Amino acid sequence: MRALLRRLGVYLLAAWVAITVSFLLPRAVPGNPVAGAIARAQSSGICNSFCVKAIEEQLGFNVHTSLWVQYVQYLGNLVHGNLGFSWSENAQVTSLIVSYLPWTLGLLGVATIMSFVVGTLIGVVMAWRRGSWLDWLMPAATFFQAIPYFFLALVLVLIFGETGSLLKWFPSLYGFDIYGVDPGMNLPYIASILGHAVLPALTVILASMGGFILSMRNQMVTTMDEDFVLVARAKGLRTGKVVWYAARNALLPCVSNFSVAISIVVAGQILVEIVFNYPGIGYHLYGALGALDYTLVQGIFVVITLVVLAANLLADVVYVLIDPRARQEA
Amino acid sequence: MALNTTILSEPNPPAGAAAGTPRALRLPRSPKVIAGLVILVVFAVVAVIGAWIAPYSPNLTNESWVQHVLVAGTGPGTHIKADYYPLPLPPSGAHWLGTTVFAQDVWSQLLVSTQATVAVGLLAAAISTALSIIVGVTAGYLGGGADEGLSLVGNVFLAIPGLPLLIVLADYVPAAGTSIFLVSLIIAITAWAYSSRVLRAQTLSLRNRDFVEAARVSGEGRVRIIIVEILPNLIPIVAASFLFTTLYAIGAYVAISFLGLAGSPTSSPPGLWNWGYMLRETFANDAVRGGWWWWWAPPGLCIALLGTGLALLNFGIDEFVNPRLRVAGLSRKAARRLGISRRPKLGLTPVVRRNVINVTSAESRTP
Repeated sequence: MRALLRRLGVYLLAAWVAITVSFLLPRAVPGNPVAGAIARAQSSGICNSFCVKAIEEQLGFNVHTSLWVQYVQYLGNLVHGNLGFSWSENAQVTSLIVSYLPWTLGLLGVATIMSFVVGTLIGVVMAWRRGSWLDWLMPAATFFQAIPYFFLALVLVLIFGETGSLLKWFPSLYGFDIYGVDPGMNLPYIASILGHAVLPALTVILASMGGFILSMRNQMVTTMDEDFVLVARAKGLRTGKVVWYAARNALLPCVSNFSVAISIVVAGQILVEIVFNYPGIGYHLYGALGALDYTLVQGIFVVITLVVLAANLLADVVYVLIDPRARQEA
Repeated sequence: MALNTTILSEPNPPAGAAAGTPRALRLPRSPKVIAGLVILVVFAVVAVIGAWIAPYSPNLTNESWVQHVLVAGTGPGTHIKADYYPLPLPPSGAHWLGTTVFAQDVWSQLLVSTQATVAVGLLAAAISTALSIIVGVTAGYLGGGADEGLSLVGNVFLAIPGLPLLIVLADYVPAAGTSIFLVSLIIAITAWAYSSRVLRAQTLSLRNRDFVEAARVSGEGRVRIIIVEILPNLIPIVAASFLFTTLYAIGAYVAISFLGLAGSPTSSPPGLWNWGYMLRETFANDAVRGGWWWWWAPPGLCIALLGTGLALLNFGIDEFVNPRLRVAGLSRKAARRLGISRRPKLGLTPVVRRNVINVTSAESRTP
């Protein structure tokens, strides 16, 4: 329990750092968002002092109050779930993000879990059958690990996508058929969502699985030389049981390295969503960057960070559950 | 590292295999390492001479380098003035990789782009590795409060997702894309934490070894112990994390360029040509849908190939650090000569002696 509380402390600190960075950056950098917004307002008419004040108020910048007061106000807004106002979407950032999140979390969750489970199983088999033809999977996994996610997405669109030029098996734009079905709890809508998720999910799975395969294979190879595996074998246990013992132990470092993996997968998914115009958080981040909508960019940054931290905490809890030593120390 | 493995000797060890510099990082000569090195050398050479051998300037446009297609419903026979849209040309003798819709030469862009992509990867990895050595080794060696503090900083940076932080940083430093150093610095800030954690763990295990203890007793200073006694034993890990970070940095640079955060080479101030920017232009102009594979495939394949080269070399280092990871370590012919199955048995991974000698001699440097 103590170890978990420590990790929780680290994550709270990380969240605070991310929030503070997103508060300080726009104020530290010249040509801040207020100047941009004023220029935008002036292009469509005169922006007098009231207009300037209104813009400052809306963006949470008030140059006449101290930085500290602004900071306290910013934190206070955050606690109340107020991330500011997005001018490009003309809505509250919080409500926008709430509408984007299910898409991202659904895709990310399913794809990561499938990739982790399948990748780990392949890693175990590869380590067990070392020296066989399966070794050829190593260079292949390395290659897939090195391909940028968005490039793999482009290739999959070309081969399988409806907007590609070869097989045209799966839809490759948007999160559902925006012309053909009504959003809501109806079967065509759900089927459409599932169909549209196939290619993005496949991209994330293929691109992230290489890393899981390689790390599990290396851990497994090292574990298989441990004495306890030899003893298990010498006792005459079935091969399956011996592999199970070794795999359980090899899995621990992979779970504790999950925080690095999830960070990379999230980064990849942001780009994958852009390629597929998938209506999640990454796709809208791209739009917000293009529109110079700093409020939305920051809000998305803070929320992505919180999601990743939550995933890390989940991995830590799982680690404590599967490793008796971690429970003992706790 | 406990090497409780059955040690086999190869019948005819290559001359000088076991002798020579004991601490130098000598990579196993596996096909993987050789392939990785060849790939890296090719890209390094192209990075240096690419801008010279490029037949054209990457920005140069030439009207005759695109096919002009009449827009339906305009021109002769209609009331509307003739309107044309450009179609890129497929590869030919004049343009080895065809042209873009902007009537530019893809091969030239690819060659010139290599430089910034490779340079940012290496420089960011160098900065990040230096940072991770300073933080990780110091934390591991000093221990106590310093360790707690530095590890906390590292863990916080590790927990914050890299690319989103990078996006926010790059978004607010628009000049970043114009300078290799600035981009590298920003990428390094988001990249150092993982290597730092690995280095700290290894330093912790070295700290109380006999040879470090001996140096401490004989009155050597802290800085000297870290540099002379500890760092040389971390070389394989530093090398592995350097390669890993280079891979990450190239991916990160390509990603922010793809997002349009690293400047455009044709705007002012001009950004740098790199593979990520090339992919951005192909994506923005629907090159995949247009079937213009010569435009969008080469930069992506280059990234994947360079990344594969780095990862293959990393395998070599992993296998140097941990010989068990080697695929039996024997060639099929040598294995048959010795009458050993290449399929490893439990607890009995055959390891060729010369590697074991390297590792143990690197470790037991007891004065």
